[in-house]
Amino acid sequence: MIQDLVIGVVFIGYALGMLMTFGTVLTWVERKQAAIMSDRIGANRAYVRIPFTQIKLVWLGLFHGLADGLKMLLKEDFKPRTYDPYAYAIAPWLAFTPVLLVFAVIPFGGTLVPAELVPGLSAWFGDKSYPMQIARLDAGLLIVFAFGGVTIIGAMLAGWSSSNKFSLLGALRAGSQMISYELVLGLTLLGLILIYGTLDLTSIVQQQSGVILGFLPAWGIVYQPFAAILFITAAMAENRRIPFDLPEAESELIAGYFTEYSAMKMGLFMFAEFIEIAIIAALFTTLFLGGYNLPYMSDSGFVFPGNYVVHLSHWAVVVIQLLTFLVKVLAVCSFQILVRWTLPRLRYDQVLRFAWKFMFPLALANLAVTAVAVWALGVMNA
Amino acid sequence: MRRKPYQRKAYWNRPTMTWWERVYFFEIARGIAVTGGVFLHNMWRWISGRKGALTTYYPEETRADYAAGNRGKHILTQRPDGSPQCIACNLCATVCPALCIEIDAAFDPEDAAHPKYPARFEIDYSRCIFCGLCVEACPEDAIRMVKEVPQLPTFDRGHMWLTKDELLNWNPQRDVAKPYPVAGKDRKTRGPA
Repeated sequence: MIQDLVIGVVFIGYALGMLMTFGTVLTWVERKQAAIMSDRIGANRAYVRIPFTQIKLVWLGLFHGLADGLKMLLKEDFKPRTYDPYAYAIAPWLAFTPVLLVFAVIPFGGTLVPAELVPGLSAWFGDKSYPMQIARLDAGLLIVFAFGGVTIIGAMLAGWSSSNKFSLLGALRAGSQMISYELVLGLTLLGLILIYGTLDLTSIVQQQSGVILGFLPAWGIVYQPFAAILFITAAMAENRRIPFDLPEAESELIAGYFTEYSAMKMGLFMFAEFIEIAIIAALFTTLFLGGYNLPYMSDSGFVFPGNYVVHLSHWAVVVIQLLTFLVKVLAVCSFQILVRWTLPRLRYDQVLRFAWKFMFPLALANLAVTAVAVWALGVMNA
Repeated sequence: MRRKPYQRKAYWNRPTMTWWERVYFFEIARGIAVTGGVFLHNMWRWISGRKGALTTYYPEETRADYAAGNRGKHILTQRPDGSPQCIACNLCATVCPALCIEIDAAFDPEDAAHPKYPARFEIDYSRCIFCGLCVEACPEDAIRMVKEVPQLPTFDRGHMWLTKDELLNWNPQRDVAKPYPVAGKDRKTRGPA
């Protein structure tokens, strides 16, 4: 029992550390990538001076995130005179916590056998094995949507309780936009659920390590390329970033539902946004890009097309899986930032029309085609 | 006779987008390809040790392409013996619209030709507007403007004063546009030579 607790704490620590690191590093990645995309240099002045020396560490401006965080912490925590100070105080946390909770069901590695990893622990752990995720739940995807829906409450609460018309407008926009895209998000994934026949994310990843047509890795993006595009679009709309950043449109609403927030409360909203980029990337990786596995790879090693088998030690498998997951997530994050710095903001009516008149029918059509195909394949195989 | 119904004048063009463009998705993909291409191109330049941007890192680097007539900073011309040609007449300080030139005159009994000289000649670059009136006003051709710019970025206004030493830190023989008046070939001589 205590072993499970230890492993649980280790996994939670890893997941939290990874998310926080992603949240901080993504601010830097966003700045630098945007700068390089537009022929600029980007933030490169903040430095950390080694005490008692004149050596200044710049590290390509990596410390700008640190400086920003410090600034957020030290700024005045301005509070509007609102009729509901408790809701005002709790809203940033309601926007921030569910984002973290979503990660609980996402597997960031395959199966971990502690006894095989460190022989000295075999007496204590026996032959127990643990899937590398915080909670392996049969209803994993449902949990993702459940907690994803809670972020709306945070945004609505923030807009309502700051007694500011700009905030209220932003909150209403956030509410309608997020509910619309939540629906599309769910519909796009139904096709995938039909194919894999499960909601358990670990099982989905394991099913993606096979091959189809003899050589293609059986990734979700190969089965459902259409759903992949719809999913990443809807997820970006869900995250309220630039092509869809209507709730906080600076030129219209100052900062939308967090107009009245300052200091670290505002920082929490920003941090939640950046962590959500990583969460979306992790979900996309898990569902469409083969999760923590390299192509042709499973927990025992590689099985290349042509039945060429490479066995790997448990150490190598664990390290490769953890690294693969990180690299894939970072790549998808980078893609999201690329989109954010490429497209201009949509108009509000366009955003909702895009959701209901374009993406919703497409997602339905995708689901219908997938259902027919799965049924036909089932009939043929029976 | 029936009149033709009034037709409002069209003040805008009919949308001329093709089907391909109206689908929107392909154009987005093309846009992402453009920005991604720029990113990869610049990133490759950064990775291979070159600069992926046209930006000049300002205080560390200065641009080489300042115009020849750029009024970047002041210099004080010197006599062949290295002393400033300035006679501390205060004309430049008087004409200066920004009131940023400060001169303390002093008396030098050794030099009979130029007994008055500036003990202190300082320009406040946080206030200077680079109009060049001081150059126009100077009767001795003692102050000129050159195209180079001083090292201005600083955390302290006090550091934005250029002192006499810095203003004299200039080699007059290099200025071919306005050659230094050689001794004995002066265009005009004032006072006892």
